[in-house]
Amino acid sequence: MASLRDIKGRITSTKKTKQITKAMEMVSASKLNRAEQNAKQFVPYSEKIQEVVASIAQGGGDASHPMLEAREVKKTGYLVITSDRGLAGAFNSSVLRKVYQEILKHHTSAEEYTLITIGRIGRDFFRKRNMPVDMDITGISDQPDFADIKDIAADTIQLYTDERIDQLYIYYNHYVSAITQEVTEKKILPLTDFNTEGKASQSSYEYEPNQEEILEVLLPQYAESLIYGALLDSKASEHAARMTAMKSATDNADDLIGDLTLSYNRARQAAITQEITEIVGGAAALE
Amino acid sequence: MSTLTVSVVTPDGPVLEDAFEMVSCKAESGELGILPGHIPMVAPLTISAVRLKGEGKSDRIAVSGGFLEVRPEKVTILAQSAEKPADIDIDRARMAKERAERRLQDKQADIDFQRAEMALKRAINRLDVYENNF
Repeated sequence: MASLRDIKGRITSTKKTKQITKAMEMVSASKLNRAEQNAKQFVPYSEKIQEVVASIAQGGGDASHPMLEAREVKKTGYLVITSDRGLAGAFNSSVLRKVYQEILKHHTSAEEYTLITIGRIGRDFFRKRNMPVDMDITGISDQPDFADIKDIAADTIQLYTDERIDQLYIYYNHYVSAITQEVTEKKILPLTDFNTEGKASQSSYEYEPNQEEILEVLLPQYAESLIYGALLDSKASEHAARMTAMKSATDNADDLIGDLTLSYNRARQAAITQEITEIVGGAAALE
Repeated sequence: MSTLTVSVVTPDGPVLEDAFEMVSCKAESGELGILPGHIPMVAPLTISAVRLKGEGKSDRIAVSGGFLEVRPEKVTILAQSAEKPADIDIDRARMAKERAERRLQDKQADIDFQRAEMALKRAINRLDVYENNF
């Protein structure tokens, strides 16, 4: 049986760990609140831009743009959003596993695809496996501004415009609720499916100067906004996942402390009993 | 006097939503003035100031890239960034301006001129909007 001192040491260290996980849980909870708010603030922008894009793309007829047309796929781009830090349960591993499986399923050589990663965990994962990471960005703040990812979003869209990739998928954790996050795959480019929900019919616009030039400005902005939306969604999921992971860590620490305290008390009692036995034995020997 | 609702929306959230009598802004094809009852229209905006006039009030907004959607009684401006004069970080804008100017001056081939030029335009636009108001 472990000595009293050993058990005491383990109890103290478990308590310290619990303090940390508890603090992280609370920090994540407040960050989750902010992240949810950010995601909410983004909604009016994304809805509006989607509405305009859809009405131009459908109403116009003669308007065309490379981003709207599917072309033969020689190279696929995968944009993967992970976090910079771990300790978030299955948050990173589930999205990485999904991407990894998809890539193995669809591609036989590294020539056929390229990766763009947001977040350190994702970058390291693919680098370690010698997979081509074309661009990466790390150190995104917990409350990302659009300006933070504008460059990587614009560069990614540029890859498509330059025909270095022929389609672009994005993988991220979609925030369903504080305890559920879902790995989501979304096709960003080419922009073929708009979920318009019957909104598009309402007005036919004048285009100033003309449709093509508007699409020229609008579509990259739209695609960037999709990427930003996914990032916000993923940030909310990250905080939610971390919160849940830390909560269960705190609970586990509680259980462990309970068990350890029990065996500490047993050991203490055993020691006392032994001492008494020894004293009684000693006294009996004297008589 | 009839008014139109103007809302300015960016990815970081709505910037402004209010009723005004007139909107004037600079589209890629030139200056545009919009009054209530305008025909539905979409136009891309340049990096510029959007001026809003209403009953006894006027507002300026620094807009960087984006476009304008017009309906008879509503104008929506969707921009990647948009700031009211009070929200402009003037020191940051000054620094951005200096940085961009420096970049444009040393003529090395490997820098992205277009990007530096855009950054310069944005910074100058912010400074203009900020200073005109005070």
